[in-house]
Amino acid sequence: MKRFINLTPSRGSRWLLGLIPFAIIAMVYLGLSNARLAENPNDRLLPSPATMAETFRQLATEASVRTGTIPLWDDTFASLERLGVGIAISALIGLVVGLLNGGLPLIRAKLSPLVTVVSLIPPMAILPVLFIAFGTGEMAKIALIVIGVTPFLIRDLQNHALRLPDEQLIKAQTLGASSWQVLLRVLLPQLTPRLIASTRLALGSAWLFLIAAEAIAAQEGLGYRIFLVRRYLAMDVILPYVAWITFLAFLIDRILALTSQRAFPWYHAEEGDQK
Amino acid sequence: MSLLEARHLEKRYGNQVVLERIDFRVDAGEFVTLVGASGCGKTTFLKLLLGTERITRGSLTLDGKPLPDEPGPDRGVVFQKYSVFPHLTVLGNVMMAEELARSKWLGKLFGTARRQARDAAVSRLQEVGLENALDKYPHELSGGMQQRLAIAQALMMKPRILLLDEPFGALDPGIRQDMHDLITRLWKEQQLTIFMITHDVKEAFTLGTRLWVFDKVRHDPQAPQAYGATVTYDLPVGDRQVSEDLTDRIAATTRLNLNSQETLS
Repeated sequence: MKRFINLTPSRGSRWLLGLIPFAIIAMVYLGLSNARLAENPNDRLLPSPATMAETFRQLATEASVRTGTIPLWDDTFASLERLGVGIAISALIGLVVGLLNGGLPLIRAKLSPLVTVVSLIPPMAILPVLFIAFGTGEMAKIALIVIGVTPFLIRDLQNHALRLPDEQLIKAQTLGASSWQVLLRVLLPQLTPRLIASTRLALGSAWLFLIAAEAIAAQEGLGYRIFLVRRYLAMDVILPYVAWITFLAFLIDRILALTSQRAFPWYHAEEGDQK
Repeated sequence: MSLLEARHLEKRYGNQVVLERIDFRVDAGEFVTLVGASGCGKTTFLKLLLGTERITRGSLTLDGKPLPDEPGPDRGVVFQKYSVFPHLTVLGNVMMAEELARSKWLGKLFGTARRQARDAAVSRLQEVGLENALDKYPHELSGGMQQRLAIAQALMMKPRILLLDEPFGALDPGIRQDMHDLITRLWKEQQLTIFMITHDVKEAFTLGTRLWVFDKVRHDPQAPQAYGATVTYDLPVGDRQVSEDLTDRIAATTRLNLNSQETLS
C-alpha cells in the first residue's frame, strides 16, 4: 500500500470527488426543506428548489410593475458597475503606488508608514463618513471599495517588488537602464501578473464592501435586493440571489485566472502553480 | 596605464574588516580568476568592482578615475542565479540593452529600429548557441542555457570588464567544459577583461591568465573580525601545464581555511 500522501486521484475521479461535498449539501437541504414543507406548505424559510427556480425566473424575465424594468438585470448591472469601477480604481492606484514604493526607497520611506496605518482602519467603520462626505449616491459605494481594497494591493505589490532578486536590478543597471527604465521594464512587467493574483484575493472583500454599502443605501443592486426582501422572509429570492452572486464571483475569478495564465506563462511557472 | 588599479584597498562593515591591504594593477585583456574559502570576501570584492558596495579606505580606480559607486554599462555581470529577466523571452533579454540605450522613455523599440536590434541579438545568440530558443522564456531553459543567455545579454553593451560570480557553479561537469570553451572564445574575440569567482581550483588554473587566492593572513583569536582577507597569491596561469603540486597547495590553503573557520564558529 502506497503512502497516503502519494495517492493522487485520476482526472475523472477528481471531478467526481469534488462533486461529492456539493451533493451532500444539496441532499441535506432537500431533506430539511421537505420535512418543513410537509408540516406547513406555506413555510418560507427553506423553500423547495422548484419555488426558488420559479421566483428566479420571474425576477430574471418579468419587468417589475414599479419600475418597468427587469429587477435581476438592473441589480446585476448596477452592482457589477460599482464593483468594476471600484476595483479598477483600486488596481490602478495599487499598481502605481506599489511600483513606486517597491522600486524607490526614497518614496517608500515617505509613503509606507501611511499605507500601513490606512490599511489597519476598518473600512466599514468609516462608511458613515463616506455617506456624509459623498452623499448616498454611487460615489460613496465606490469609495468604500477603493478604501477597503487599495491598501492591501499596495502592500502586496510593494512586498513583491522588494522580493524580486537584487541581481535583476543590478543586471538592468549594467545594461544601462535609468531609474525610470528599471521601473518600466523590470518592475512593472513583473508586478502586473502579481496585481491580477492579488486582485483575485481582494475581490472577496470587494464584494463584502459592495453588498454592505448597498444594504444601507441604494435604489438597486444585488445587496440592496437581498436586504429589501429580508423583511418578508423571502428566502426564495435571497437564496437564488446568493447563488447568483457566487456564480458571478466565480466567473470573474476564472476570467482573471485564465487571462493571467495566457498572458504571463512565465509568472505561473515561477510560482509553481498547479494546473 | 593599467585599466584597473587598487591601492591599500580596505572594506569593512562596521567593525568587521572583510578585505584589507589589497594592491593590484590589472591591464586590459587579462582574465583573473578568484578563489578562496567561502565567506572570505571574494563576492564583496566583486561588488566593489560592480559598484554596489563602496570601498572604506584606499583607492580603486578605473582608467585612473575612482570607480563609480553604482553599476553601469562599462561593467557587465553574470551571477550564478537570477541573471536573466524571467518575464522576457530569450530574444527579449538580449535585445534589452539596445532597447534601453535607444529608447529613453519607453525602453522599447518598434519598426525598423526593432528589426535592427533583433538582428543584432540573433547573431549574438548564434554565437552562444541559442539560435533555436529565441522565443522561449528562461524558465523553459536548462541551467546551462540560462547562463549562456546571461552571458550573451551581458555582452550586448560591449562592457570593458565582465564580472562573473560563480557562473558555472550550478552546472554539470560536461556542460561546464562547453561553457569554458565559450567564455574563452568570447574573451579572446572581444578582448574583454574578466574577473571570475570560482570554487573549482582546476577551473581557476586553466581558464584565466592570472589567479588570485583570497585568504586571511592575520588572525586574532580574541577578535576574529579584526582582520580581513587579502590576496595571498597572485599567480600567472594559462595554457601552459601547471604542476599538480601547486594546484594541491592552493587547494590546501582554501580548504585549510574552511576548516579553521568551522572550528571557530
